[in-house]
Amino acid sequence: MSRIAGRFAQLAAQGRTALIPYIVAGDPGLDVTVKLMHALVDSGADIIEVGVPFSDPMAEGPVIQLAHERALANGTSLRNVLALVQEFRQSDKDTPVLLMGYANPVEHMGYAAFADAAAQADVDALLTVDIPPEEVEDVHVQLRRVGMDNIFLVAPTTPDERVARIVGQASGFVYYVALKGVTGAGNLDTEDVARHVELIKKHCELPVAVGFGIKDAASARSVAAVADGVVVGSALVNSMARAIESGGDHEAALAAASALLAEIRQGIDSTA
Amino acid sequence: MASDTQENLFTAVPDAQGHFGPYGGKFVAETLMAALSELETLYRKLAADPGFQRELDMDLAHYVGRPSPLYEAVRWSDEIGGARIFLKREDLNHTGAHKINNCIGQALLAKHMGKKRVIAETGAGQHGVATATIAARLGLECQVFMGEDDIHRQALNVYRMKLLGAQVIPVTSGSRTLKDAMNEAMRDWVTNVDDTFYIIGTVAGPHPYPMLVRDFQCVIGREARAQSLQQTGRLPDALVACVGGGSNAIGLFHPFLDDESVAMYGVEAAGHGLSTNQHAAPLTTGTPGVLHGNRTYLMQDADGQIMHTHSISAGLDYPGVGPEHAWLKDLGRVSYVVADDDEALQAFHTLTRVEGIMPALESSHALAYAEKLAAGMTAQQMIVVNLSGRGDKDIHTVAQIDGIGI
Repeated sequence: MSRIAGRFAQLAAQGRTALIPYIVAGDPGLDVTVKLMHALVDSGADIIEVGVPFSDPMAEGPVIQLAHERALANGTSLRNVLALVQEFRQSDKDTPVLLMGYANPVEHMGYAAFADAAAQADVDALLTVDIPPEEVEDVHVQLRRVGMDNIFLVAPTTPDERVARIVGQASGFVYYVALKGVTGAGNLDTEDVARHVELIKKHCELPVAVGFGIKDAASARSVAAVADGVVVGSALVNSMARAIESGGDHEAALAAASALLAEIRQGIDSTA
Repeated sequence: MASDTQENLFTAVPDAQGHFGPYGGKFVAETLMAALSELETLYRKLAADPGFQRELDMDLAHYVGRPSPLYEAVRWSDEIGGARIFLKREDLNHTGAHKINNCIGQALLAKHMGKKRVIAETGAGQHGVATATIAARLGLECQVFMGEDDIHRQALNVYRMKLLGAQVIPVTSGSRTLKDAMNEAMRDWVTNVDDTFYIIGTVAGPHPYPMLVRDFQCVIGREARAQSLQQTGRLPDALVACVGGGSNAIGLFHPFLDDESVAMYGVEAAGHGLSTNQHAAPLTTGTPGVLHGNRTYLMQDADGQIMHTHSISAGLDYPGVGPEHAWLKDLGRVSYVVADDDEALQAFHTLTRVEGIMPALESSHALAYAEKLAAGMTAQQMIVVNLSGRGDKDIHTVAQIDGIGI
């Protein structure tokens, strides 16, 4: 069983919902990312989603776009990201780590070379925003070869028959994009989320995590009531950016992110 | 039979998944996949519908002013002293460039889909103006995304779009040019996919865009081919067109692809020079990768990050290129070459002075290469250059470089 499957099984047995924070590797600084990952685990993270910065992050709202720009300005590359995960693993062998990014940096490294390097760094899964099932075969084969999970997106616009096709290829969990839009946008329609999670579950046994538009403890709680996992990205990234804007250092950013995540953890657990 | 095989090689693309060999495809977030399928289904239906074709042809004739002339630049050809050069006068189209051919087609698709709002990205502003124009005519709400740097370079076109009732949205992320405008248009589309039609201006983006934009621009090459035969009794020896995303070039080239005797040159922008890294020549210097929904040649660094580009012409200032050009490069059917800022500027001045035609700086890249090509050919040979747009929009840029304040 993969580390992600194991984690979801363990949480299900406890009746808990997975909390999945998203950060961009190298933001606010390359030297703070590993420390931040550990701090997020201490604040209640069950799986960590690490964004691989890209020059043209088409699916991101303004908050995460800026984080990508900062990370690139700090010199972060896909190779750095893999090295950071390897460093994280030295003292945490339990928390699953998922890389989320765009096709080009991975394709440029080469899918086979990436799979080898990611397996070596003990990365658990990859989610490429801009590789739909139609284009996934080349990367899919390589991830399977090294036993990594490939995380697929299902969107509010995905037709029913397509959901079946997508989840048929998925492993680890299915990521439901809760709204039409970019990361950090809009307001959630919890009933619509519930309907889609149910639809996905009709087609597979996999856990379903929900992301895009979860801003705080309250929205996390309402989503946690209907999903197996909750992804929090923009709110967390923004908490760090604001800490730094108001004169804080990397420590202050890390403290702000940890505090927000702990609050969200509490919100989720109070549904139980 | 050999020619049949060749024919299939060039004209049977893209395949059902939108691939041109290893290029093209649909590399977008899941949220857009349903909209792309819907667009493809509708387009395939309408493309086979004589009623739709009639509607399109009427607009091209009476609104755009087609066919555009194929004009022999006698004085310029004589000055160079080589091949006869003919100019395909897309600059004479309504709105002053080839962009309107595609906008009319896509706007008709939007109308058939019942969309009330159109969005577009623009670099030089020509595609933005064409989109704003057709939106005004059809009564559609229109928002155009434009990099902040380009807004400064192309103030005239920005004002034209506003006069036409469009809203120009400055894009301040990334390099603040065409590629970032395209990112922002994609973000808008993913958010408003239910009521919005995204009119992509070039033969890039996810399938079916490279196919349908090509189909709408092929009117250029179909006319040029018929006009060549009618006016000179033969096909040209060579075609020359500038390549940013590559829509005017594919429009001219595609109807000639099966004519083995016709050589083709796509001219990329060498900016300050290929050795400076300040250029926009992905086919000449780049490597394959994935950007803006398709796999193609890109200007990218060792980590797969997209590089900043430079060209004197905003319309060529783009790090990628349409996937069909990538495929035609690999097949060796089209030669991709370059002209730099200085050569383009010189061609701008020459054509204006010798022929009384002021070309867009984008088209000036094609003219600059044609001049070199013609010089090495004989007076019995013939070149068709796509004069893809007129240069009024660039007067400020040229004046500034020449040290003249206007």
